[in-house]
Amino acid sequence: MSETKKETAISVRDLSKSFGHVHANTHVTMDLYKGEILALLGENGSGKTTLMNMLAGIYYPDEGQIFVNGKEVSIRSPKDAFNNGIGMVHQHFKLIDVLTAAENIILGEEGKLDIKSACAKIREICDKYGFDVDPNKKIFNMSVSEKQTVEIVKVLYRGADILILDEPTAVLTPQETEKLFAVMRNMRSDGKAIIIITHKLNEVKEISDRVAILRQGEYIGDMITANTNAQEMTNMMVGRQVVLNIERPQPLEAPKKRLVVEGVTVVDEEGVTKLKDISFDVESGQILGIAGISGCGQKELLEAIAGLQPVQSGSIRYINDDGTQEELIGMDPQKITQMGVALSFVPEDRLGMGLVGNMDLAENMMLRSFRDNNTPFTDRKKPHDLAEKIVDTLDVKTPGIDTPVRKLSGGNVQKVLVGREIANSPSVLMTAYAVRGLDINSSYTIYDLINMQKIKGVAVIFVGEDLDVLLQISDRILVLCDGQVSGIIDGKTADKNTVGMMMTKLGGEDKNED
Amino acid sequence: MKTNNKEPLFHVVRRDDMSRKKAWTIRGIALVAALIVCALITTALTGDNPLSVYATIVSGAFGSNRKTWVTFQNLSVLLIISLALTPAFRMKFWNCGGEGQVLIGGLASAATMILLDGKLPNVLVIIIMITSSILAGAIWGLIPALFKAIWNTNETLSTLMMNYIATQLVAFYTVVWENPKGSGKIGIINQNSCVGWLPEIGNKYFLSVLVAIVITVILYIYLYYGKHGYEVCVVGESERTARYVGIKVEKVIIRTMVLSGALCGVAGLLLVGGINHTITTTIAGGQGFTAIMVAWLAKFNPITMIFTSFLIIFLDRGAGEIATVFELNKSFSDIITGIILFFIIGCEFFISYKVVFNSKNAKEERK
Amino acid sequence: MFDLVTFIPRAVGQGIPLLFGSTGEILTEKSGNLNLGIPGVMYVGGICGVIGAFFYEQSGSNIPALSIMIPLLCSLVGSLLMGLIFCFLTVSLRANQNVTGLAMTTFGVGVGNFFGGSLIKISGADVPSIALSATSAVFSKKLPFAGKCGWFGEIFLSYGFLAYLAIIIALVAAYIIKHTRVGLHLRAVGEDPATADAAGINVIAYKYFATCIGCMIAGLGGLYYVMDYACGVWSNDAFGDRGWLAIALVIFTIWRPNVSVLASIMFGGLYILYMYIPTGMEHMEIKELYKMLPYVVTLIVLVITSMRNKRENQPPESLGQAYFREAR
Repeated sequence: MSETKKETAISVRDLSKSFGHVHANTHVTMDLYKGEILALLGENGSGKTTLMNMLAGIYYPDEGQIFVNGKEVSIRSPKDAFNNGIGMVHQHFKLIDVLTAAENIILGEEGKLDIKSACAKIREICDKYGFDVDPNKKIFNMSVSEKQTVEIVKVLYRGADILILDEPTAVLTPQETEKLFAVMRNMRSDGKAIIIITHKLNEVKEISDRVAILRQGEYIGDMITANTNAQEMTNMMVGRQVVLNIERPQPLEAPKKRLVVEGVTVVDEEGVTKLKDISFDVESGQILGIAGISGCGQKELLEAIAGLQPVQSGSIRYINDDGTQEELIGMDPQKITQMGVALSFVPEDRLGMGLVGNMDLAENMMLRSFRDNNTPFTDRKKPHDLAEKIVDTLDVKTPGIDTPVRKLSGGNVQKVLVGREIANSPSVLMTAYAVRGLDINSSYTIYDLINMQKIKGVAVIFVGEDLDVLLQISDRILVLCDGQVSGIIDGKTADKNTVGMMMTKLGGEDKNED
Repeated sequence: MKTNNKEPLFHVVRRDDMSRKKAWTIRGIALVAALIVCALITTALTGDNPLSVYATIVSGAFGSNRKTWVTFQNLSVLLIISLALTPAFRMKFWNCGGEGQVLIGGLASAATMILLDGKLPNVLVIIIMITSSILAGAIWGLIPALFKAIWNTNETLSTLMMNYIATQLVAFYTVVWENPKGSGKIGIINQNSCVGWLPEIGNKYFLSVLVAIVITVILYIYLYYGKHGYEVCVVGESERTARYVGIKVEKVIIRTMVLSGALCGVAGLLLVGGINHTITTTIAGGQGFTAIMVAWLAKFNPITMIFTSFLIIFLDRGAGEIATVFELNKSFSDIITGIILFFIIGCEFFISYKVVFNSKNAKEERK
Repeated sequence: MFDLVTFIPRAVGQGIPLLFGSTGEILTEKSGNLNLGIPGVMYVGGICGVIGAFFYEQSGSNIPALSIMIPLLCSLVGSLLMGLIFCFLTVSLRANQNVTGLAMTTFGVGVGNFFGGSLIKISGADVPSIALSATSAVFSKKLPFAGKCGWFGEIFLSYGFLAYLAIIIALVAAYIIKHTRVGLHLRAVGEDPATADAAGINVIAYKYFATCIGCMIAGLGGLYYVMDYACGVWSNDAFGDRGWLAIALVIFTIWRPNVSVLASIMFGGLYILYMYIPTGMEHMEIKELYKMLPYVVTLIVLVITSMRNKRENQPPESLGQAYFREAR
């Protein structure tokens, strides 16, 4: 495709891999050149990560060949990958919490243990590319972006010439992403070949030289980034025309106050202040977006409202239609339901909190309804019917109602969870990272569901990470910064940079809209 | 740089769900393989031919009317203990304290029999016995549950320690109630008055069988159709999900362990009040541990547990018979049980995974 | 107070099997394997040594070096086989570790008692035990000068070589875990095998080696008990529940073999304390309550350590879970 003669770093030919009956990759043929950044695009389940894992030695291909620098190799283990100069930064960091950064970086090397000289070498790498890492810090004391830096330094320390980054920006702020991209450009000019997996098309445009696209495990094709656009890339990923637009509909009835949060402060068991003096309100028929760097208090805030997080001070009041108020602090989820407050919560951790992975669809429906009768026995009929209804209306792809939900794909799991949470007609709906890891189609299904609730008059709290989405869907956006409210701005007029600044600095810069 | 072009000989992949029938076939094959190995070992040790080894096993379990009934009685006791551990295991609470909970239940029965002999009518004594042994077992389950619920103390070890504390308590009372003095044991309690002996139904074996049947049915309904059973499952799968839907995790842990201990107490009651009419430190005979394996083999399903406990008891009785007939040591049955367990534990691998051999030829053919 | 000079050597003698057991189990657990079969392994380690010594004594020869080497090798081979069974089932076949461990305990105790009983029958003794006094004499030979150093000799020099070996092994194990690359890799495997694997560490090999070496060390505990502590007398079930106490010690010492040296001796002391507390002839039953002490103390310590829930004091993260690289 490229006219200039470039040396190939990796070539894969006819690579296939299946898990049981699922064909994750079928006959993928692809090239990566030295000194380029290749963006690998594809919907969830299109086999990007599987393909990369085969290069990194995590999976072994069922068939096909891999060439590194023109020579055929067999990558049977991560060690083989290292020996071939391939290093991968996984989406879920492969770091050991109780060890220090340096210990993690030298893990797997041979020879005598010499932490001191390792630290020196780490500092050298940091200086060369512009990283900032304390080699003696334990991982469990690190922020997400620090952990990611350790991961990249680890790969470089091993002398990798080919870097694979699996969704590296998913957990970063716009500013941190910029920093990462600068480092990546440094590495490119150093002659390294880089593959980046990402869902964010604007980032593809910004960082990559070339885009390769996978769909349903097959290699669809590649394009020079400069010659393509978001719409074309999306169409290739999905395989048909997709409209990239989130609506912002109007509710049927005029909004009124539904939930008032005043001066809420949360201190966790270790004495760390997670939320400090948070105040805001939520109106019916409106979507309140919550933006912020991951881990700056979103989880605690939602859990405090849901009655799962002890609150040190402040008040959270629910306002009924007739104007009477109920205090939610000090209540547990069961009491909140008994008080007649219809609060639904789609938590971030779908299979670890919202659903039980090993239970089937019907049993997962029961989680919300199993107490609904006065006998000591559970009613199995209603949850079963509800599960069938959700499968039908939301088009959940599942072999049956009695399939454990952990076997479903991410998008289908989320449909089941959201379906259950909106089934008992909530008046407040909270969602945390509702579309994380979902492909474009499923994401839009979820946005539609949330908007439909809004039209019905539900007060929605939408915690998100993709600022473009937050700006499109929210009526107002509350920006959290380090457990405090950095500001609340109007979703229709806000711009991304302002929000990004507010996420990293209380109140953002001088210009504060609203 | 070291590159290796050889492919690995084989690799292992996870299977899709296997049909139930096929899975049980694999388990059956493993069992048969285990039986063959055991027969070979027995033949090596005794010189008898393998077929007659099997015959001896069968006659050990069902050789006479009495033997058959004893087999069923032992089966019932083991089944009750396994059932008792089941709710805890479904909650992923590794109750290794069945032994102690059975012992302490038995001790409560023995205490009632000894202390109330001649002071209250037999019916009352029996009622107090039943209550006290259930209560004692429940308390023995409650203590580690409290530790777990409040401080998240490792339950495997705390329940293990509770076993030995129970054993020493029984040892203590064995000295206190020694009868006759100097014998170092308690002997048959109330041999003449029979106060506190649980009534016989039909014959002296059937009571345990009946209790086991009742508990199996009730526990099955409790676990599979009850709200409590559902809560136990949710807590076992994910405590965070449980809290998210408003289940009080601590309450469920405590309630379930009290139930688990109480059912063990029933087993102790049967052992002391119905079967042995005495108590020793070894009256539970390691069944608290065997029950863990029985429950696990049955995938914590009460109905399947009938078959797994039958398997263990059948082998135990059979191996015991072999030991008697060929004058081998009684521990022979432990070895046989161990080997069979290894096979059954190992065969689960072939149900969840399959081994794929990589050969160049196979690949050529596919192309 | 009672006589410390006689009490301490007895406590040490009781503590050494626990030390072997807990050091072995710590190595095993550091690799992420929870081996509840340790009690069985210790029985097998003991009986294999006894079998070796028995037939060596029967052969009539009496070369001190051989009467150490033969039982020692037999014991190591026996416990190695147990370790291999455990590893094959839990690492290669990914079976449930709790159940496999318990089955190994049933099996190991059975093997111990079965062969023990058979040997007793072969030897045709009147009492239900076998005495291997010649072998035992070599095993329990005190250090030279022990007799000449008074109370110091009694407390520090009066043990057989296995006791010193136990302490050396524990200290070496502690050093390896903390300060070497092998130790770093071992900890990584136990914390997060997927990560260790991605870093190019051979997870399967580490699990196999750690568990098998752990079993061999634990097996020596059984050997020490018969040959040194029990003066070469094997009787069935005599080893008792020491294996479980060794497992409890692992948590007690927060996975540190060097701490286990003192902790084991302390537990050993608790184990025999009842013999040193006068109860009078009238109340022999009180002794049974004193025997409860090690268990009650373990329980209390368990609860206290769980109350102080520090990040550094947690068990290896993947403890008890099977590892499968292609898990999905």
